[in-house]
Amino acid sequence: MAERLSLDEVRHVAKLARLRLTNEELEQYRSQLSAVLEHIAKLNELDVAGVEPMAHPSDVTNRLDEDVVGESMPVEQLLAIAPAVEGQFLAVPKVLGEETGP
Amino acid sequence: MDDDATILSLVEALKHREISAVQLVQNCFERIEQLDEKLHCFHETYPQRALEAAESIDGALEAGDEPGPLAGVPIALKDNIVTSFGHTTCSSRILEDFNGPYTSTAAQRLIDAGAIVIGKTNCDEFAMGSSTEHCAFGEVCNPWDLTRVPGGSSGGSAAAVAARMCPGALGSDTGGSIRQPASLCGVVGVKPSYGRVSRFGLVAFGSSLDQIGPLARCVKDAAWLLRIIAGPDRRDSTCADLAVPDYLNGIDQPPQNLRIGVPKQYLSDKNEPAVNEAVYSAIELYRDLGAEIVDIDLPLTDYGIATYYVIAPAEASSNLARYDGIRYGRRAHLEPGEDLYDLYAKSRAEGFGPEVKRRIMLGTYVLSAGYYDAYYKRALQVRRLIKQEFDAAFEKCHALLGPTSPTPAFEIGAKADPLSMYLCDVYTANTNIAGICGISIPAGFAEVNGKLLPIGLQIQCKAFDEATMFRVARMFEASTDFHTKRPPELATV
Repeated sequence: MAERLSLDEVRHVAKLARLRLTNEELEQYRSQLSAVLEHIAKLNELDVAGVEPMAHPSDVTNRLDEDVVGESMPVEQLLAIAPAVEGQFLAVPKVLGEETGP
Repeated sequence: MDDDATILSLVEALKHREISAVQLVQNCFERIEQLDEKLHCFHETYPQRALEAAESIDGALEAGDEPGPLAGVPIALKDNIVTSFGHTTCSSRILEDFNGPYTSTAAQRLIDAGAIVIGKTNCDEFAMGSSTEHCAFGEVCNPWDLTRVPGGSSGGSAAAVAARMCPGALGSDTGGSIRQPASLCGVVGVKPSYGRVSRFGLVAFGSSLDQIGPLARCVKDAAWLLRIIAGPDRRDSTCADLAVPDYLNGIDQPPQNLRIGVPKQYLSDKNEPAVNEAVYSAIELYRDLGAEIVDIDLPLTDYGIATYYVIAPAEASSNLARYDGIRYGRRAHLEPGEDLYDLYAKSRAEGFGPEVKRRIMLGTYVLSAGYYDAYYKRALQVRRLIKQEFDAAFEKCHALLGPTSPTPAFEIGAKADPLSMYLCDVYTANTNIAGICGISIPAGFAEVNGKLLPIGLQIQCKAFDEATMFRVARMFEASTDFHTKRPPELATV
């Protein structure tokens, strides 16, 4: 924790995050994220042994609704905000066997 | 009615037909027309829609109907609160053309109460920032000094209320995004307890931290707005199933045997001296008003930003994965030979601004294989410790007092280094981490280069005890006149 990120690590994270970044951006994020991670390393000063992680402030779990059919948003309304449609479907580039990454 | 009128006085004046809703709405748009070129609070306004709504409210009031507890009151919404009319952009290129197909619960409750939505206010992109400089459509200026930031991320909402463009607005607060701009603009801002207000229709940033809350020019107005937007909602399963008290009931009565806690960490010598002076004066005032002042130790205060900048980016990187260029939002043009991966990576690269990319990168990193335990899990453990520290503090006192922000408004461009910007939220972020409630109220001014810059006092109370928070805030407000001051140069703009 807290050692400076390598450019390869930053490139890998950008790939995971599906962000096409320029070399300039990669360099910039490398130094900025390293500085933030250095600050975050403060958390290592604390003893957290045996402390239950707290993902959420609320105690509520799984509030269930009655199993009845409700109103749905009209398909046309949702298609209207899509960037590309074909008929009743969202248009996307070919999916299977195509995604290779950079 | 002058433009200093509070929401509650406007409600009365409208009811008694001393002013019409149409006139009031027109006044707001005139004011926006006059000032917004300089301040840039609004991304878009809805004059036609607002005037039609105002006419209908006037008709109902004339007929003696009861069109709701906010009948005819103009309200602005932060541009990350979805409405079925107009755009909801989150001040981001990726949602530049997004027309929400539904209306958020909080906005719908305002509209059902008779409020008139006049427009959407600029914010830091996806609510990520403390200055409203990270807005894809241009930064917002502070009405007290146009060379300074209004705070953020709800900077447009705070500046609009301070500049008398509207008497109230909604913002959202993930780590201080309502309270800090309220502090820097000299208005009241409330971060409700987590689960008090439905998040349905609030564009998600950090789902375990986000809350919608009101900005207004006095405590009672903020309390009135919160009561209307709060309460259970089956469309947000994290929204608490708790009745919402009538916050105005007893708001002028100080809590009995009031004990105010002052955490020594909140009065750090790193704060601007004028900020600490304002807090010390507030402590003295509460003592004079009969409160017992209790010393509190919150050693984890200094770990809040480190905790927050693991949890919030982690949640953001997951939440913002939905912007893929497929179902809605910006889609990049593909060159021959480019595939689905390129569609995602190009659309996101073109659509997100630098701060959003930075946080997505940070969040992706801390959640990635091999780092999860070291960062995310550890941050969640510290989160529990922070919550426990607050629980222990609230055993000793009813409310915690301190500055909202370590400094008054800073100059545009002054915090180019991301970490320095993140540290603006040192006193606010833990409120969200623990899920408790907090309010910022005007508590003084710093004089810098001949200009007065507002200072905010933060009052934190335990989860779902907004009633106490409002009463404690009201004690201070009733004994001071900081909240009545208006930005001076606006008179001559």
